[in-house]
Amino acid sequence: MKITKKEIEHIATLARLNLTEEEKELFGSQLSSILDYVEQLNKLDTKGIEPTSHVISLNNVMREDTAVSSLSVEDALKNCPSHTEKFYRVPKIIE
Amino acid sequence: MSSLHMLTISEARALLYKKEISVRDIVEAIIQRIDSVEEKIRAFITLNRENALLASVEVQKKLDADKSNNKLLLSGIPIAIKDNMCTKDVLTTCASKILYNFIPPYESTVTARLKEQGYILIGKTNMDEFAMGSSTENSGFQTTLNPWDLERVPGGSSGGSAAAVAADECIAAIGSDTGGSIRQPAGFCGVVGLKPTYGRVSRFGLVAYASSLDQIGPLTKNVKDSAILLSIIAGHDPLDSTSAPVDVPDFTECIGKDIKGFKIGIPKEYFVEGIDKEVEDILLKAIKHLESLGAILVEISLPHTGYAVATYYILATSEASSNLARYDGVKYGLRAGGKDLMDMYFTTRAQGFGAEVKRRIMLGTYALSSGYYEAYYRKAQQVRTLIKKDFEDAFNKVDIIITPTSPVPAFKAGEKTQDPLQMYLTDIYTISMNLAGVPAISVPCGFTSNNLPVGLQIIGKHFDEETILKVAYAYEQSTDWHKRKPDL
Repeated sequence: MKITKKEIEHIATLARLNLTEEEKELFGSQLSSILDYVEQLNKLDTKGIEPTSHVISLNNVMREDTAVSSLSVEDALKNCPSHTEKFYRVPKIIE
Repeated sequence: MSSLHMLTISEARALLYKKEISVRDIVEAIIQRIDSVEEKIRAFITLNRENALLASVEVQKKLDADKSNNKLLLSGIPIAIKDNMCTKDVLTTCASKILYNFIPPYESTVTARLKEQGYILIGKTNMDEFAMGSSTENSGFQTTLNPWDLERVPGGSSGGSAAAVAADECIAAIGSDTGGSIRQPAGFCGVVGLKPTYGRVSRFGLVAYASSLDQIGPLTKNVKDSAILLSIIAGHDPLDSTSAPVDVPDFTECIGKDIKGFKIGIPKEYFVEGIDKEVEDILLKAIKHLESLGAILVEISLPHTGYAVATYYILATSEASSNLARYDGVKYGLRAGGKDLMDMYFTTRAQGFGAEVKRRIMLGTYALSSGYYEAYYRKAQQVRTLIKKDFEDAFNKVDIIITPTSPVPAFKAGEKTQDPLQMYLTDIYTISMNLAGVPAISVPCGFTSNNLPVGLQIIGKHFDEETILKVAYAYEQSTDWHKRKPDL
């Protein structure tokens, strides 16, 4: 299956990745050959087979609705590239 | 005491308890060893020297004050941690430039449990970026080399942990395994690597790659140490809702018993074209050896084995594309660009991720994108059900299954970096167990004519790590492979 350059650009946009022209070329051909390999799954008839969502059958896990302590604001901001006293700072979003 | 670095956990512990050595002695011995060989191996991204020496004072005090018979199980034992597990206040990069400066404000459950038992964090080990790879060549920072042959890879993605154990740069290490990332490097480096049952060990604080497959486990010099570490890190954790509320036995109690009458399944699909002739011969000898210990061999079939790699690369990349969406430059790690918010996202991710990570994000995004979900992701989840059923059917007939850990011994650095698919296929014998969630261990079972280690993989039922440890121990104790050391 051949992935076109246009498709690569579309996927890269969905994934929020800037790609260079060389990367587009390279990933296009590599993804095409990986998808060719994956194609073999279609040889299997899986009609009526339940998809595995979890390998050990755990049901929904609930906990008591009680407040517990969490990271302090100071700790949560420690690794932030740019922040105010209490908030993350990001570049402008709208004009 | 120049050879303290060669000790196992149980040997070191005995000497520490009897006060024949101090915590400082063993920490210094490990640091000296690192100073003499690390330049060749490059197993560590971060060395924790000063903190380790400081911690040794505290741990020694506690040990001296404790007159009980239940002393801390890892008092003063220097252990290396793969760099994708959060260690509070110690750099955790996941071998990615996008996390080059990340200092976790919290501790992962696994390292918290090791800490409770008095371990010494000696350093954070190199890996393939975000655990994506089979050779540790995808690290954003450095390439680790195999202590048995410095032209070859240590395997991956826990290559730094495996190499550090093999080179005696730590007493033991912790790794993570999504498609073979503990077992394959353990096999390549001649050490013991255990991937527990999915859900056995909490993933809280493990940087997520593919959440339905990731599992943390030990890399050690022998099977007993593997049992010691598993007993400590296993068990339900309210902070990880996928960790199983299942009782944890003392795994060290189950080893040392005989394996007479155990039924061992040999899947015919694992001994076909593609397996290296020497690896195959070594494996057949190991299987004969188990038979001589009283095990009964049964030929079995895992019919969907051939579909495992394709299934894995859809599921793992899909989960990764979603998990790695969090690296956006906002809250932590690298931030680049910034004309506006979108520019920051696109530029940060382009500069921060390496080629393999981008490739997997692209593949996963494609598989989950509108119009393709049914054809790829859902289909792969259905095939996963078939692969899981293969194991259920097999375990109705046998107690454990034995295969090679990898079809080939350690390959040369650079040999497979140009062709991602060839690299993916080196995981062909380890991926199915992650898809099925079953536990598996790799133990050394011989050496090729080039003196490269070969791994024997022992696979068990869900939550039956006891049986695989028992068989692994029986094999190990009646052979000498685990005693061989690389010439460094």
